[in-house]
Amino acid sequence: DCPGTSSAQAGRAAACQGCPNQRLCAAGGAAADPAEAAELRERLRGVKHTVLVLSGKGGVGKSTFSALLAHGLAADESKQVALLDIDICGPSIPKMMGLEGEQVHQSGSGWSPVYVEENLGVMSVGFLLSSPDDAVIWRGPKKNGLIKQFLRDVDWGEVDYLIVDTPPGTSDEHLSIVQYLSASHIDGAVIITTPQEVSLQDVRKEINFCHKVKLPIIGVVENMSGFICPKCKKESQIFPPTTGGAEKMCQNLNVTLLGKVPLDPQIGKSCDRGQCFLSEAPESPATSSYRNIIQRIQEYCDLHHFQEEKII
Amino acid sequence: AGSSSLAAVRHVLLVLSGKGGVGKSTLSTELALALRHVGKKVGILDVDLCGPSIPRMFKVQDSDVHQCDSGWVPVFVDQEKSISLMSIGFLLEKPDDAVVWRGPKKNALIKQFVTDVAWGELDFLIVDTPPGTSDEHISTVEALRPYKPLGAILVTTPQAVSVGDVRRELTFCKKTGLRVLGIVENMSGFVCPHCSECTNIFSKGGGEELAKHAGVPFLGSVPLDPQLSRSLEEGRDFIQEFPKSSAFPALTRIAQQILDGASQRSS
Repeated sequence: DCPGTSSAQAGRAAACQGCPNQRLCAAGGAAADPAEAAELRERLRGVKHTVLVLSGKGGVGKSTFSALLAHGLAADESKQVALLDIDICGPSIPKMMGLEGEQVHQSGSGWSPVYVEENLGVMSVGFLLSSPDDAVIWRGPKKNGLIKQFLRDVDWGEVDYLIVDTPPGTSDEHLSIVQYLSASHIDGAVIITTPQEVSLQDVRKEINFCHKVKLPIIGVVENMSGFICPKCKKESQIFPPTTGGAEKMCQNLNVTLLGKVPLDPQIGKSCDRGQCFLSEAPESPATSSYRNIIQRIQEYCDLHHFQEEKII
Repeated sequence: AGSSSLAAVRHVLLVLSGKGGVGKSTLSTELALALRHVGKKVGILDVDLCGPSIPRMFKVQDSDVHQCDSGWVPVFVDQEKSISLMSIGFLLEKPDDAVVWRGPKKNALIKQFVTDVAWGELDFLIVDTPPGTSDEHISTVEALRPYKPLGAILVTTPQAVSVGDVRRELTFCKKTGLRVLGIVENMSGFVCPHCSECTNIFSKGGGEELAKHAGVPFLGSVPLDPQLSRSLEEGRDFIQEFPKSSAFPALTRIAQQILDGASQRSS
């Protein structure tokens, strides 16, 4: 009986012998190999907390949120923060962090992340491309291979927070990162949505994905939640929450709503210029929303760590 | 079933973007509605397997797909059968079921979607895609190649972060020999309904500049329009019901350019 193409046993089970897809499944199956798992565990030993930023839906603000979460956590100079961008086809993180054009350097201990600040390092396929027009036209197995390299070959060092920005969906990248990081551990996932049903219907699938792969959900962020006109100060719902928005969805699915972030034209501008929005617009309501959410994530991670220590 | 399923389809066009959430499904839907308005028969093939948005945009998310002798029967959105759809959304047992598939399994279904759906006679088949340049895109282009697609419309929003991804999609089109019909700049400005002040929430002009830089046609800018968002949420016919809304002129202009391009090619 087929173990399922998304199973850790894909391509490796006894039933797979002779199946025409066996080679393909085995290529996608990640750290089912215990030697590989041990290697990854060793490499990621210095990482204290890992947070995945997910969404079923594209364009809701995952990369924006990942970048600001990384900046927010790195504001504490005693913390070491790492931001890993596994969106292989559409890597937005280099531009948002003001690192466009940077390249990755090799050292004896592996690939060196590109540092924005001393305590904030970044890795993305964007750094491996030589031109902004270069397209990464890869099928799943090759994407998985690169993600494994990012985890195995990058010299992350001692890291307090590893933030992983993902592409939209529930496919190769998502299965692989969960499988590879199972060698280490993941504190949980932050799921981003916008208020409308078109987004929520994809995000419910993402929540189901998390349950399927036993990934804890730290909570949901409702982004682009309302717009205040800078002239008349009246609010408009550009992406209307016709089915109750993230609030209703979180209630129904028993998931925490971490917060709502309003639309602010300065956010897009800061991202385009590679500046940190939180520093550029400290008075914006969006900034206080972000800061509250970042704090709640930090508290979740600290509690998680504490509970793990208790178990030991 | 088999290679004859697209034989009676006059024009195939793809809606692509390197970037997610820029309005591919929205544009596919509105284009279909606009083409129907001028008497065309349109099909939409939704190859976004992880996040299929098309069924809900036509309020047929609870419909099922049936088989007939010549293959899968697409879902018709109206009595006149002027718009038909195929999406994995119709094949899920529960709407919240996640499709957690690796590439090979996705490729297999996409091939089936192209060769085994009994589309019948269509003026246009619009192929809505997920963001990126990966399995779905490679497989879709390969499967459609024998039918000589009219080309691809690329959708972006104005900011640099989006344009950056769409540049890569342009490279994808070049590498796969897919003609670029043009670029649409979506979410281009928001006019406050209370005071009419226009705010460029997602910046402005990036799509037009990209079109100029890449030497491809610029099909137009579509503003942010809460009536359009609401229309899609409720599966309504925006083109029919909101002709005075801010996004209407741009959307109908885009449809007209596609029609002109298609009739040029036919002659």
